[in-house]
Amino acid sequence: MSTRKTVVIAGNGMVGHKVIESFLARTDATEWEVVVFGEEPRFAYDRVGLSSFFAGSSEQDLSLVVDGAYDGVDVHLGDAVASIDRAAKKLTSANGFTVAYDALVLATGSFPFVPPVPGHDLPGCFVYRTIDDLIAIRDYAKGRRVGAVVGGGLLGLEAANALRELGLDTHVVEFAPRLMPLQIDEVGGNVLRTRVEQLGVAIHTAMQTSSLRAGDDGAVAAMQFGDGTELDVDLVVFSAGIRPRDQLAREAGLDVGERGGIVVDESCRTSDPSIFAVGECAFIAGRIWGLVAPGYDMARVAVDQILGGDKTFVGADLSTKLKLMGIDVASFGDAFATSEGAQPITFHDPVAKVYKRVVMNADGSLVLGGILVGDASAYSLLTQMARGDMPTPSNPEQLIFPASTGNNEAGAIGVGALSATATVCSCNSVTKQAICSAIVENGLTDVASIKSLTRAGTTCGGCVPLLTELLKDELRKSGVDVRNDLCEHFAYSRQELFDIVRIQRITSFSTLLSSHGKGWGCEICKPAVASMLASLNGEYILEGERAGLQDTNDRFLANMQKDGTYSVVPRVPGGEITPDQLIAIGNVAKEFGLYTKITGGQRIDLFGARVDQLPAIWVKLIDAGMESGHAYGKALRTIKSCVGSTWCRYGVQDSTSLAIKLELRYRGLRSPHKLKSAVSGCARECAEAQSKDFGIIATERGWNLYVGGNGGMRPQHALLLAEDLGEEELIRIIDRYLMFYIRTADRLERTARWLNKLEGGIDYLRRVVIDDALGICDELEAEMARVVDAYECEWTATVNDPERVSRFKTFVNDTRPDPSVVFITERSQIRPAQSHEKARPLELMELSELSELSESR
Amino acid sequence: MSALTTTWVQICGVDDIAEDTGVCALVGTYQVAVFRVSGVGELFALSNLDPFSETYVMSRGIVGSAGDIVKVSSPMYKHGFDLRTGKSLDDPSVCIPTFRVREESGRVFVAVPQSVCASVERSEVDA
Repeated sequence: MSTRKTVVIAGNGMVGHKVIESFLARTDATEWEVVVFGEEPRFAYDRVGLSSFFAGSSEQDLSLVVDGAYDGVDVHLGDAVASIDRAAKKLTSANGFTVAYDALVLATGSFPFVPPVPGHDLPGCFVYRTIDDLIAIRDYAKGRRVGAVVGGGLLGLEAANALRELGLDTHVVEFAPRLMPLQIDEVGGNVLRTRVEQLGVAIHTAMQTSSLRAGDDGAVAAMQFGDGTELDVDLVVFSAGIRPRDQLAREAGLDVGERGGIVVDESCRTSDPSIFAVGECAFIAGRIWGLVAPGYDMARVAVDQILGGDKTFVGADLSTKLKLMGIDVASFGDAFATSEGAQPITFHDPVAKVYKRVVMNADGSLVLGGILVGDASAYSLLTQMARGDMPTPSNPEQLIFPASTGNNEAGAIGVGALSATATVCSCNSVTKQAICSAIVENGLTDVASIKSLTRAGTTCGGCVPLLTELLKDELRKSGVDVRNDLCEHFAYSRQELFDIVRIQRITSFSTLLSSHGKGWGCEICKPAVASMLASLNGEYILEGERAGLQDTNDRFLANMQKDGTYSVVPRVPGGEITPDQLIAIGNVAKEFGLYTKITGGQRIDLFGARVDQLPAIWVKLIDAGMESGHAYGKALRTIKSCVGSTWCRYGVQDSTSLAIKLELRYRGLRSPHKLKSAVSGCARECAEAQSKDFGIIATERGWNLYVGGNGGMRPQHALLLAEDLGEEELIRIIDRYLMFYIRTADRLERTARWLNKLEGGIDYLRRVVIDDALGICDELEAEMARVVDAYECEWTATVNDPERVSRFKTFVNDTRPDPSVVFITERSQIRPAQSHEKARPLELMELSELSELSESR
Repeated sequence: MSALTTTWVQICGVDDIAEDTGVCALVGTYQVAVFRVSGVGELFALSNLDPFSETYVMSRGIVGSAGDIVKVSSPMYKHGFDLRTGKSLDDPSVCIPTFRVREESGRVFVAVPQSVCASVERSEVDA
């Protein structure tokens, strides 16, 4: 044991925690005993996210230390290091523990600066630094009305947000003439101020607090200012900056800076080589660094140095991007244009309350810094350029100016109109600009390369269609002949393949693959061809080899959720449902323990069903007269309706009956993507028909038909195709429109995007489906009639056939339920357990062993 | 060369796996996804766990090919994996464990670590 060495960490704030974490992560630290003292009674927590404590986060949510993370560490909480005997290399804690150290890391952090104005220590005056401070503020605020924050910097605004969350009338008093004076300029400060004021927070700038006055109860009652004015307050929070906590170091005789802070060299060593200082208590590279990221860097440097490494701290990026009260604020690099020749380009929209400033070097070839208020979407791109990680474009102003909105007519809204800074992949925050640069600079020609280079589309995949369009757009621009092949197995576009299948009357994937394709198919062409076969023939989608073509939702006729279970949606045509059907759905949900939620399409979704439960669930639903809702398919989903002229005082047509009729006509119709629809009974448009793939709105004389609308990721209003139609004519035009879309759209292309791309737009569509300019309307109607006639409920067809039911198994060799599916009860219903609520999958732990095993194969 | 000994466990009949689809077998604590790929005429076995979504869903993926690679695509976020090696086709640092699998007289067997089989019924084990 005597060979073991001891490192003591004084302080368990965010940076102190990072020291421990870095120590434990090092494989060369095994002979070190780690001891930590923390003054607060709790483990390290996220001080940056402190204001979320009032928005509902618990202490546990904020904690940085997960169970077991400090295993093997000697932890003293609620006990601070009180003195250091450097000669003996021993320290003593406030509670009287004495520990001998080989290395000591001071991570004592900072304390809030409270200006020494008279009355600053009255009851009702607080600082904003720890969870205990927050608890004290919360307790004191009960039953009180007005709160004020002294200091309009980053932390002051955080504190103001906290007071607002507590329901207090909130004031912010700032000595400087603007908010966040260290990070943003005057115009930015004004924009921020307007936005903060909009949230009901009163801002007083250029205002010096001269004293605080007590009321009759002895607690703070008013603030008095330098200009003689007063503000009645019940509670005051000081947030006027921080000061390093260097007392312990001073008393131990270590060097401290003139204005405070423990002086350390670039290896984070103090004037005593076995003592280190990190974080906000340290004076390093000429200053105190009041941000967490540089603190973390110092933590890693100190640990590396203690273990004999040579890492150093040479300064850090002080870029900040944060959301204050929901408002984007960012500042980076030379935000104030202080370098020689620096020239700012600014964009200021006082109506939208957006301010953007990008500082360029003299010849405009480099981004030096910037300020963003109200819209910080360009932040990651601009900081990448400022760091030199990304080339600066020749026209940098396009980075901060919003793209022209263009006109709203079809055809105008291609990917070209998307602003360069628009985030295409929100999971990995990748912008259009980043994607296009990746394509151009690396000569990419497929989506897979974009994914691996930019990470865009690698998480949820929702933006992959957009990536495809961006790729084609870029290739087209550079004069490359753009192929629209479905995938590597078919050198045809979806439209061409559809024509091949239709004209040659091909009825199976394997036939099509051997006559027109190569390889074994994939997750792109298999479901796409299965969908074509269903659109044209309307046969049972799981028959024979078709089962293996379907995506999991179609394969199991239910919607896969994040935990691998499925949800079930019975059809509720037009949103009309009887009490008995409601009871039946309720009974099924109860019997199988399913979570129920009302969908946006006027239906009821039942969640948490295992594959093996699906047939039994459907036997009960079918018994109650329900049928498949095709929520799982790229197919007609639902036709929403209002109650129309039957009940509504304003309705002019019977929208519910029409919606039911249409939904029963097009139910089960497979298409390139899902189809949504709605029918409104008057111009008030309660059913929101103009946001649907096809929407119908009643007029005094009949029905108006709108097409190509979309909600979701890229909302778009539908366009008027035809007016004042009778019911028969309406149905005929919808038949033609839907079939024309099914024939010609790309895979996973909604009607909105299809219509945008359609050359000639809505006018051309009108010529095809109303004037029959191509002479195909009879064909389109006949194709629709065949699908309508062939309709059968897929679930009825499934449960009536034991062979089909037998495919719905979780395990082929066992009837036990899947042990990895775990539910937690929340608000009286189930929800999937999150990963920290269940055991870690064995396979992820034993990956290396198992790989070894497979090598012997 | 491996420190682990394996045992062959019978999981189902080959006809229980429809052509070009997969099934999942529960073997002790392991979920093994077994696929039948008609064009290749082979069986493949991988862990049923999709490492990207951390859900046991691989057996419900679509099988196919990417160039010469025979692959399966996870039904969750469509990540592709090489059926022979278990290697991710999207992220080279990720790999799914694979199992040896064979067909004998119409029955399908997979090889799993002996320790896993401690809890498996004796009758299912074909030593």
